[in-house]
Amino acid sequence: MDALLLQILNGLDKGSAYALIALGLTLIFGTLGVVNFAHGALFMIGAFCAVTFSKILNISKITLDPEKTNFLGKPLEIKTPYVIEWFGESTGAALIDWAVPLSILFAIPVMLLVGYVMERGLIKHFYKRPHADQILVTFGLAIVVGELVKTSFGANPIPTPAPELFRGSFDFGVLIGMEANAVIYPFWRLVYFGFSAVVISSIFAFLQFTTFGMVVRAGMADRETVGLLGIDIDKRFTFMFGVAAAVAGLAGVMYTPINSPNYNMGMDFLVLSFVVVVVGGMGSLPGAVLAGFMLGILESFASMNEVKSFFEMLYLPSIDQIVIYLVAIIVLLVRPRGLMGREGVMED
Amino acid sequence: MNSLSKKDKALLLFVAVMALLAPFLLNPFPTDSAMAQFNAGYPDLMQRFAIFGILAIGFNILFGLTGYLSFGHAAFLGVGSYSAVWMLKLLSMNIIPALILSVIIAGLFSLLIGFISLRRSGIYFSILTLAFAQMSFSLAYSVLTPITNGETGLQLNLNDPRILDATNTTGNLPVTGLFGLEMRNTFTLDLGAWAFQFNVGYYVCAAFLLLAFYLSIRIFRSPFGLMLRAIKTNQTRLNYTGLNSRPYTLAAFVISGMYAGLAGGLMASMDPLAGAERMQWTASGEIVLMTILGGTGTLLGPVLGAGFIKYFENIFSKINETVLHSWFSFMPDGLNDAFVWVLHFFVGKGWHLTLGLLFMLIVTFLPGGLMEGWERIRDKIRGGKGGGKNPPAEATKTPAE
Repeated sequence: MDALLLQILNGLDKGSAYALIALGLTLIFGTLGVVNFAHGALFMIGAFCAVTFSKILNISKITLDPEKTNFLGKPLEIKTPYVIEWFGESTGAALIDWAVPLSILFAIPVMLLVGYVMERGLIKHFYKRPHADQILVTFGLAIVVGELVKTSFGANPIPTPAPELFRGSFDFGVLIGMEANAVIYPFWRLVYFGFSAVVISSIFAFLQFTTFGMVVRAGMADRETVGLLGIDIDKRFTFMFGVAAAVAGLAGVMYTPINSPNYNMGMDFLVLSFVVVVVGGMGSLPGAVLAGFMLGILESFASMNEVKSFFEMLYLPSIDQIVIYLVAIIVLLVRPRGLMGREGVMED
Repeated sequence: MNSLSKKDKALLLFVAVMALLAPFLLNPFPTDSAMAQFNAGYPDLMQRFAIFGILAIGFNILFGLTGYLSFGHAAFLGVGSYSAVWMLKLLSMNIIPALILSVIIAGLFSLLIGFISLRRSGIYFSILTLAFAQMSFSLAYSVLTPITNGETGLQLNLNDPRILDATNTTGNLPVTGLFGLEMRNTFTLDLGAWAFQFNVGYYVCAAFLLLAFYLSIRIFRSPFGLMLRAIKTNQTRLNYTGLNSRPYTLAAFVISGMYAGLAGGLMASMDPLAGAERMQWTASGEIVLMTILGGTGTLLGPVLGAGFIKYFENIFSKINETVLHSWFSFMPDGLNDAFVWVLHFFVGKGWHLTLGLLFMLIVTFLPGGLMEGWERIRDKIRGGKGGGKNPPAEATKTPAE
């Protein structure tokens, strides 16, 4: 029982990331009808927003301490980050410690801007072109963004730790009345899950309960009619592209403590997120979220030792690497439209 | 060959002559001159031209004719490589059995993948093939380590059985060959300042390239090719006429998978190695780019595109900052540094950045690729003289209105 619970919990953090990226992909596809192969790059940009922000917080003033010398016999350099100098010892240190959560505030405007520029500057010109062209141009963009990040941040993963408070693990089992040390779970992963739940529900609430969201949903259903009613639907769709970019970026920001960001992380997530979107049903927002969590949990079950050794008997070692693809194939063979796909979407 | 039209015969002959004379044509600069780094006439690179040419021709049969954009073609290349290396390990160092097996295995593999992926079209198809390719990559990289040797890649070994070959007593790894003709053999012709290299392996690859090119001409001109074009133009309409289009698309998919398998087999025959990184999805993207850059749906385009990409990949990777500095040394120091600073992002390790930019520029401004660019230029020249293609087409339109 506790082993099962642990695997479900383990799946939640990856599942949250899949769900967030897939949600953004579906938003873009549902509104603008564009398949965005650069969405993984947006996830990566988000992660590097966190890296940049913590670097900015760590910009230091260098003072020389004439009394101490370093091993070369020169005066010792003392680095004091400016934030510590400005806000005092404790507040400044806390700011640096909380760099990752704080960079959410930094990432949202940046990602909205990135999304806006990307849509107005590039994607706009591809609405009337075939889907193949859209795929190819966004694929090229993903390569370019990845390489630019590589030249400015280097190819190695950059460790970005979570705040002191959330580091390490805690005993999850005790909370739900199990004995101590039965289910030990890293703190930050739970934070990530909670965060993604908040983001996903606020996106749904935004679409469901605001006038803006209502218009967007109407536009997704029938763009032309909404346009005929005198609403500038293109403007709202551009904004939704920005929102989708921000969702992917936030997923990236919060993922940095789990996995140190490198320039290639977006590509790895992108392929899986596409599989998630296809399994969930193209154009269905709840489907994307559901499939994201489902596949994440499934992946973590497949990495259980018992499951692995069972499949090893069938000459399929490390089944966890391919289980998502296998499930996707089965789902598409049984339900070609995906789990919650609507009729008439992408049925060419 | 009799059924080829005059134009196609000329095209085939053109490719044959180019392939035959490639060691001369690609080696225009004397060996000792400063321009020698732009030469492409050495065996390794020429082999890659031919191999990737085959790959792009095969991809074009699927994408150019049916319009189905496969994003997982590198998987077939990898499968071909692995099967070829296994054949070299188990049976013989002769490349013929290796190539036969790699084509067959890649064909079967593409039949399986095509059967599932072709249930959907459009974006779904692209994503499905992408997922399959990524799955094959994971399979090769970790899951099927006993067959693929995982991260290290599959290599030849001294104590491989090689049941058809004589026992190896030399203590060195045997080399690949074709009935005694060693692939790595190179004959160098010194003519004045030039050194032209004629490599057995290259000519084997070029022969297969010609065969592949001939087959693709035949497919383009056949009723089957016409059917594939009809699928690209309007599949729904084709279905309404009571025709099941799936066998045709599946056939095209398998044919193009077999082309990729042949390319993979040749790659392993020239250099008996097979690694999982050949199957990564960026590799698939590169195949797509080659085809598009050259001109999708044209006969010659993919070969040109493959040559273009591989040539510039090679040249760009070689250039570093010192080379750049020497190029711009005629400029004043500050300007020189500025130029070098800008350009160094794009050369050397930055080749992928250039590739990505090229990808975007081509798709945005020249969707028809080099062939379309060439035609536009030709039309412009002719248009200046008052002739051209467009006026007659308009003239035929007016009476109908």
